Amino acid sequence: MAPDEIVFWVFAPISVGSAVAMLFQRNAIHAALFLIVNFFTLAVFYLVLGEPFLFAVQIIVYAGAIMVLFLFVIMLLGVDREESLVERLRGQRPLAIVLGLGMAAEIFVTARASLGLARGPADFDQTVNVGGNAQALSRVLFRDYFLPFEVTSILLIVAAIAAMVLAQRRERTPAEAAHEAEAA
Amino acid sequence: MKTPISYFVVLSGMLFAIGTVGVLVRKNALVIFMSVELQLNAVNLALVAFSRLHGNLNGQVLAFFSMVVAAAEVVVGLAIIVNVYRRMHTANVDEASLLRW
Repeated sequence: MAPDEIVFWVFAPISVGSAVAMLFQRNAIHAALFLIVNFFTLAVFYLVLGEPFLFAVQIIVYAGAIMVLFLFVIMLLGVDREESLVERLRGQRPLAIVLGLGMAAEIFVTARASLGLARGPADFDQTVNVGGNAQALSRVLFRDYFLPFEVTSILLIVAAIAAMVLAQRRERTPAEAAHEAEAA
Repeated sequence: MKTPISYFVVLSGMLFAIGTVGVLVRKNALVIFMSVELQLNAVNLALVAFSRLHGNLNGQVLAFFSMVVAAAEVVVGLAIIVNVYRRMHTANVDEASLLRW
C-alpha cells in the first residue's frame, strides 16, 4: 500500500465517524468539537491531494476562526439546554435518514461510473505546483481570478458590517417590552 | 499518489449526505448551521479532488472562494441566530414560527 492510501484509509473512517457522531450529539458543544475533528481530517486530505496551502487555510479559517465563533455563540446562548426530541412533522426523521442514505448511494454509483479508478496526473507537484503550491495558486488567483478575488473583499466588508448591525442592541420599544413580559 | 480520485469524491458525498440528514433532523439552529458547514466542506473536498484529477488549480481556487463565502455566511448567520435567541429565548427552529399561518 502506498503511503497516501494508508493515510486515506486511516482518516476516512475518522472523518465519517466524527460527522455521524456530530449528528447524534444532543449537546451543541460536543457537536462542535466533533465538527472540529472532521475539519482536521479534511485538512489532512487536502495535504494528501497536494494542496499544502488549503491545508493551512482549512486549519486556520475553519478549525480556528469559524469554530471558535461557533463555540462563542454556543456559550453565549447557554450550553445546558438539551434538544427536545418531539417531532413536529410525523415521520420526518426516518424519511430524512432514508433520503440521506439514498443520496450517498447515488453519489457512490455516479462516482464509480464516471470516474472509475482514475488517478489524475502522477507528476502533479512538478507540472502544476510549479515553485510550490502557494506560489502556483497565487499565480492562478491573481491572473485568471483577479476580479472575483476583489469581489470577495467587498463581500467580507458587507458581511462584517451586517454582523455589526444585526448584533447591535437596540432600545426596546414599549410594544416589545409588553410582548416580552407576556411571554415571561 | 496511488489513491483513486473517486475515493475522495465518494467520501465527500458521504459527508454531504450526513450534513443533509443533520439539517433535516436536528432542531437546534446552531447544530443545523454546523451541518451546513459540513456540507460546504464536503463540496470543498470534491472541488480539491477534481482539481487533482484534471491537473490544474481552478478547483483549488474555487474551494478557496467557497471558504471565503462560508466565513461571511457564518458571521451573518450566527448574528441572526443570536438575534432570534434574544427575541424568543430559544434556538429551537420549531419555536420560531411567527411567520407560520
